[in-house]
Amino acid sequence: MVSSAREARITPEEILARARAVIAQVPDPEIPVLSVVELGILREVVLDADGTLQVALSPTYSGCPATATIRDDVAAALAAAQLGPVRIALRLSPPWTSDWISEEGRRKLRDYGIAPPVPRALRDAPVACPHCGSTDTERLSEFGSTPCKALHRCRACREPFDRFKCI
Amino acid sequence: MSAASAAGPAQRTDLQRYLLRIADTSLVLAQRLGEWIGHAPAIEEDLGLANTALDLLGQARLLLGYAGEIEGLGRDEDALAFRRDEADFCNATIAELPNGHFGDTIARQFLVDAYQVPLFERLAASADPRLAEIAAKALKEAEYHLRYSAGWMVRLGDGTDESHARIQASLERLWPYTQELFDADDTDRAVAAAGIGPALEELKAEWSRTVERVLGEATLRRPADAPYRWYGKQGRHSEHLGHLLAEMQYLQRAHPGAQW
Repeated sequence: MVSSAREARITPEEILARARAVIAQVPDPEIPVLSVVELGILREVVLDADGTLQVALSPTYSGCPATATIRDDVAAALAAAQLGPVRIALRLSPPWTSDWISEEGRRKLRDYGIAPPVPRALRDAPVACPHCGSTDTERLSEFGSTPCKALHRCRACREPFDRFKCI
Repeated sequence: MSAASAAGPAQRTDLQRYLLRIADTSLVLAQRLGEWIGHAPAIEEDLGLANTALDLLGQARLLLGYAGEIEGLGRDEDALAFRRDEADFCNATIAELPNGHFGDTIARQFLVDAYQVPLFERLAASADPRLAEIAAKALKEAEYHLRYSAGWMVRLGDGTDESHARIQASLERLWPYTQELFDADDTDRAVAAAGIGPALEELKAEWSRTVERVLGEATLRRPADAPYRWYGKQGRHSEHLGHLLAEMQYLQRAHPGAQW
């Protein structure tokens, strides 16, 4: 397959840079305020010898239903950018950890009303309410509306909120 | 190159059977937990049980996919989940038991979680790299499940007289099914000898420590070991699995290959 990008003779570095930029615009389907890059699930983008873009993604949870959607969304975004043939693989190892969510991603989560994850060793420390900032909060449930979140409540402002699970 | 492709036919058969045991235990338990959706005592527990089911289902998909590749007959995860008969399922019997009341489900989940955590911990260092990476992923999930189920064991055990009596009775009912998790047969011994799976007595020691710690905190008694034996992992199941599969497999049996 000859792509329009390659017809324009852009360099491999340019193709990779464009591919990364395109993927960085793909939102997580469940938490659209985050891109898949900010979520930390993009492992690798490389161009192999025959010019195929190889993209590796790590699923957050083994059974997360968003994984297939993310894979399709990334494929569609790259196809629309006409960067040539693409192969997307799921990479399990090393397993995704909430530590891979970027600083920018954490800020966006907080602004969106979701308490961002902390390192695993600190996961039992008091959680700051993303609405009012109080640490007078309690956990209502280990599990929330998606596999990656738990349910908490703020005793200060009385608002319930989701918290990203720390795994 | 995976350990499977380097192994001879006998070892491949053992590995495939071993993968099915782990996969089917997760799959069948996921199906049971899914029955709670819309029926749990509170929305938080509805979400908790459903999320646990989803993790287990994801683990099963990865393991079944791998088992199908080793088999080499073109059966994918769906073919193995939806078009295998009861006697070909290798799940531990405890996974197929009916849900009972919420305490029964929590006790079953706790006993299985306390087993899956050390299992996946050891499989994460398996000589089979593909199994190791699936297990490393599953381990994080199993640890989280154990936090949830152990938390409920303590709340129910150290709760009211009524909740204490009922969760103790759940434990007594389920206990005879736990020994199957640790009874090694030729398949277990073969994968242990190949460095693919753990020795089951090692797992039992760690499982016992977890169970005793949590039961202690929950003010519950460890039931006495019973002489009963179950053989679900060898394909000899209780009367419950057939009914579960009839529901789980109905659509693919009626409309083979249907997709939506």
